[in-house]
Amino acid sequence: MECVFGLVGDGFALVAADSSAVNSILVHKSNEDKIMILDSHKLLGASGEAGDRVQFTEYIQKNVHLYEFRNGIPLSTAAAANFTRGELAQALRKSPYSVNILLAGYDKDIGPSLYYIDYIATLHKVDKGAFGYGSFFSLSMMDRHYHSGMSLKEAVDLVDKCIVEIRTRLVVSPPNFVIKIVDKDGAKEYAWRETIKDAEEPTA
Amino acid sequence: MRPSWRMRTACGRRAGDTLFDSRLALGNFPSTFEIKRVGSNSVEAFEKLKLLSRATLAFIFKEGVIVAADSRASMGGYISSQSVKKIIEINPYMLGTMAGGAADCQFWHRNLGIKCRLHELANKRRISVTGASKLLSNILYSYRGMGLSVGTMIAGWDEKGPGLYYVDSEGGRLKGTRFSVGSGSPYAYGVLDNGYRFDMTVEEAAELARRAIYHATFRDGASGGVASVYYVGPDGWKKMSGDDVGELHYKYYPVVPTPIEQEMVDAPAA
Repeated sequence: MECVFGLVGDGFALVAADSSAVNSILVHKSNEDKIMILDSHKLLGASGEAGDRVQFTEYIQKNVHLYEFRNGIPLSTAAAANFTRGELAQALRKSPYSVNILLAGYDKDIGPSLYYIDYIATLHKVDKGAFGYGSFFSLSMMDRHYHSGMSLKEAVDLVDKCIVEIRTRLVVSPPNFVIKIVDKDGAKEYAWRETIKDAEEPTA
Repeated sequence: MRPSWRMRTACGRRAGDTLFDSRLALGNFPSTFEIKRVGSNSVEAFEKLKLLSRATLAFIFKEGVIVAADSRASMGGYISSQSVKKIIEINPYMLGTMAGGAADCQFWHRNLGIKCRLHELANKRRISVTGASKLLSNILYSYRGMGLSVGTMIAGWDEKGPGLYYVDSEGGRLKGTRFSVGSGSPYAYGVLDNGYRFDMTVEEAAELARRAIYHATFRDGASGGVASVYYVGPDGWKKMSGDDVGELHYKYYPVVPTPIEQEMVDAPAA
């Protein structure tokens, strides 16, 4: 029931993901952040099995950082995407990671880009993509309303339309979503769309 | 040939492979394929038993963390013990709860305690709850698919204040404020979610935990025994209470004499 979807707009790329951590019928947590900030200008939205998702995305994040430390320049989005796909492909015939990934990034020379990487190491550069049961609803919404060069407001409206559709039509729909964007100023959290507020974690 | 097979397992051995060591010592050398098969069999067996016997919960509140659990162990329909310690003391300021396979939980919690102590000695400071839970989570992740059954919560107090993590044998690790694990957990969640406030006193929080465990043991056949409640504060953990849930039942719902509506009367002797 995990939903991850994303799209490319005018000078930015956007990834939205649900935020529930579920174990069979039990919802353990409704504010789990599944969109990792890979580095200053990259987002990695992932959905998949519990251990695999966190372990694989953290592994990719640390390797991306290592490249930057070693070489003094950050990886491009395309390079990071190909590296991720390569790691999935290497593990595929031994102990595959069941993680589906949308990698969004902003490069100074290319602009925003979005990569669709699924659990069997498929890689596509796309304008819009989605994973999970939510994709049945969000993909057609995005196909209908998307056009290249959408402004941030238009893109967030489209995301909200997709979220409403998922909430209406998916039988066990996740209550909360998180939206993150990456543009020339960097990767950051844009908003949460919550229907259930978990108790806030106390700060010391 | 024995020597070359032994070399293969030695190469494939990871830190913590003590399970396989003991099998080698016994003299029967299962092939690696057989070990995998045993693993997957126990996975099936555990899938049936995994959720069948626990009601454990933990939550963070203003004063610290409350950890509570029942004490029943069941094997299918047989209650094997009513006095199992399901809250494991990792070190004086960290507790772990046990759900799933008893041996797995006890062993890996003990192992975690060792690693935490080694961290203290090496770094001259206590390990954080984040670090301890990540250590355990990485170990369990490396044994994924081999039949471990562990659903545990690591609760403790470190420099950042109270910390609570849920770690399971699938490799999942979640940071949160309220968790309940085990077959009785849905029942416990209901009572816990409804009665929870962040600003409770220690006594109120302990009572909420006790009540939630009681309600879980009432409805879930695989949970029962004694409801233990622990509190973790800035000075470490302290056991608050251990009450038999049967006695708790009559404390919460005392017997009220009700008028008899219809009484059977002996037929008059003819």
